[in-house]
Amino acid sequence: MFVEFGYGVLVVSLIVTLYSGITAFLGVRKKSTSLIESARRAQLLSFPLISISSLTLIFLLVNNHFEVTFVYEVTSLSMPTYLKITAWWGGQAGSMLFWSWLLASFTSLVTLRKWDRDIEFLPWVIVVSAITLAFFLFMIIFFENPFSRYWLVSGNVVESMFKPTTTATIFTPENGRGLNPLLRHPGMIIHPPMLYLGFVSFVIPYAFAIAALITGRTDDRWTRITRRWTLWAWLFLSFGLVLGGRWAYDVLGWGGYWGWDPVEIAAFMPWLTGTAFLHSVMIQEKRGMLKQWNMVLIILTYALVIFGTFLTRSGVLSSVHAFANSPIGPYFMGFVSATFIASIALLIWRWPLLRSETEMKSILSREALFLLNNLIFISILVVCFWGVIYPLVSELVTGFKVTVGPPYYERATAPLFSALLFLMAIAPFSAWGHSTMQTLGKALWKSILASFVLTVSLFFVYSTNLYALTGFFLISLVIFATLQEFYRGALARQKTKNENFFSALSNLMRRNRRRYGGYIIHISMALMAIGILGIELFQQETQGTVAQGESLNIGEYRVEYRELASWDVRSDGVNYTRAVVDVYENGIYLGQLYPRIDYFFDAEQTMTIPGQRSTFRDDLYILLVDWKSVSNSGATFKIYVNPLVNWLWIGSLVFLVGIIFAAWPDKEMEPVRVKSSAKQTSAAD
Amino acid sequence: MKPKFIIGGVMILAAVAYLIFSATSASAERFMTVDEMLAEGPAIVGDSLRITGAVVGDTIQYDPNTLTLTFEIAHAPADFQEIEEQGGLAEVLYQAVMDPTRARVKVIYIGVKPDLLRGEAQAIMTGTLDADGVFHATELLLKCPTRYEEAMPEQSAHP
Repeated sequence: MFVEFGYGVLVVSLIVTLYSGITAFLGVRKKSTSLIESARRAQLLSFPLISISSLTLIFLLVNNHFEVTFVYEVTSLSMPTYLKITAWWGGQAGSMLFWSWLLASFTSLVTLRKWDRDIEFLPWVIVVSAITLAFFLFMIIFFENPFSRYWLVSGNVVESMFKPTTTATIFTPENGRGLNPLLRHPGMIIHPPMLYLGFVSFVIPYAFAIAALITGRTDDRWTRITRRWTLWAWLFLSFGLVLGGRWAYDVLGWGGYWGWDPVEIAAFMPWLTGTAFLHSVMIQEKRGMLKQWNMVLIILTYALVIFGTFLTRSGVLSSVHAFANSPIGPYFMGFVSATFIASIALLIWRWPLLRSETEMKSILSREALFLLNNLIFISILVVCFWGVIYPLVSELVTGFKVTVGPPYYERATAPLFSALLFLMAIAPFSAWGHSTMQTLGKALWKSILASFVLTVSLFFVYSTNLYALTGFFLISLVIFATLQEFYRGALARQKTKNENFFSALSNLMRRNRRRYGGYIIHISMALMAIGILGIELFQQETQGTVAQGESLNIGEYRVEYRELASWDVRSDGVNYTRAVVDVYENGIYLGQLYPRIDYFFDAEQTMTIPGQRSTFRDDLYILLVDWKSVSNSGATFKIYVNPLVNWLWIGSLVFLVGIIFAAWPDKEMEPVRVKSSAKQTSAAD
Repeated sequence: MKPKFIIGGVMILAAVAYLIFSATSASAERFMTVDEMLAEGPAIVGDSLRITGAVVGDTIQYDPNTLTLTFEIAHAPADFQEIEEQGGLAEVLYQAVMDPTRARVKVIYIGVKPDLLRGEAQAIMTGTLDADGVFHATELLLKCPTRYEEAMPEQSAHP
């Protein structure tokens, strides 16, 4: 009953979506307001329809309808209700439905809000969004159906949406397979929807970009309308990536947060183009330059978003081969290629309209440094892409499949990330149009001097590692230079407006949200870089088996094994084995930590939970590896000291503050309606 | 475009190309199955390799005092198409472990025993092969296909 209903509603939403896309297209071609209005209504209808279908799926998940394949795969009786709800995005079919639901809701938001103002773009936005949504609904209905069921056909279980034969009966397994315990972590529950929110939000600026290309309104109007969408998209995508890292650090028990595996890279690539886009649209708004480039970036981002959606959820992650061979892979490949080629064709058609209004003159000017920043982001993208496709290339060329691992990415990207840090420090001080070494040096010498002094002191008290010192120099330069920029701006305002320093600072920031939010984000990146540098260059580890009362030493820490207990919690379906250790630093007692191993009976899976002690200086990260179950006298531990890693998470929080500050809705000027494609100027950055 | 921008652009391109190529050659690893590795013979002893195979459950041994993990892997195909033709990853791994005629390689890994290590898991390992035919893994990735979306419910055998 519910199953047929959910599926039926889904089919209806596909029809409605197709209708809205086609009608919007015809409406603009025939200049018919009534057709366009009809398209808009159909578009608005798709959201409640997909919501109903999703609610039906959630109902099935919560009520243990294991005859439904998807429910069987992602839930089990022992899972709490909230986990059953979040299982909506716990498997491929459900997460594609979730994706579609997000897209329908975002498009509805766009068409509901400023319909009259953006009337010339919106029919095309509906077309682009409807094409994307229809593709996803099509894939769900025909290939990744979350409502498909198990049937008994002459003693065999088969999977099918509808009764496969007249004698078939529904088969209901007693219990579902459940979510892998490793994924039952709060970080992992919010991580996929965050990534998806980011992915789907980027569809909106893309849709506006395509609308701008088609209508020929190629001034900065589309970037202004979508400015906040882009920021929110970027916020969610960034936050999703950070949560994934935190999950790996807490759960996977290897003391790391990022492993450069293809799935991570698939989510990272749209972030790279998105970040480049976020920077270069400012050049378009301020200087009327890089219009073609912005189009390229948003088109690339869209393609990478679709690619990433597939790759992060398909389970066929090991190589590009697998991608092309999986049942839905060719469709995704086809869709990505088709939309990419169509977008590029549109771009080439409108290329002359997108010429720059000014020419770039000085190599140290603000716009040139922004362009350089873009090139570096794209270089990192190329490094990632090359790493992912290298097995394919090498097999074609040499006949051997050759893979590259994390060392490749680390070696190739470290200089590029360093260059980004350097640009973050100097770019805010360069002027639009023209800058020289002298003007830059004059503005920056105090920060350079302060960073140099700091680096020299670090050389004596912390580390003589050359890479680390270079990194610390760049990081401190970013922080000092950015703080100097805040100070400089506030001081200037204090003088002209006759305000006190702090209200000058706060007014300055609120009047230029994007700019100062951006600077807060720069500082957060520098803080995160401290953490990355610390764990990459200075991680220490030790391991050993100790009897009760004995200790392991690592750095300045001493870890003493006290006791161990093992017990079952039947209601959770888990056996917990927990060790108690005392932690001392230089002989001073700091407290106890409880590393443990959880064993999940239904999944026959262990999960190693570290005992962690975090400070600004370092993390002590203790894993229980093994224990002697009979005498309870000895246990084996692996211990890491991860210096500075906490700054990675602190930086992430500062980052959130910065981006929320930048994206915060305020009485910012609406994009002005102009009839010609004349350059718009504005006071805001 | 002024020439200085073009020169600058070319320099950046060259630097990035150099970065990519030097990093690739420094960390490239041949990816192979057990059969492919054994077919190469002593020529690849000591090379950095990435191999894949099916974990044989009975052979897993762990010495927590030295954190030494040893187990054997049996040859299993790695090509996606081949795996699909033979009935999916879970089936392929099961067959690999059950078939005594399959080539096997002993693996030594020093470190924490991974949560996902069990019989019929797919192991993907980076490391080197020594002259005695033992693979010394420095990195160990495991995939348990029963956790993925391809297996039918277990009750299907006795409805």
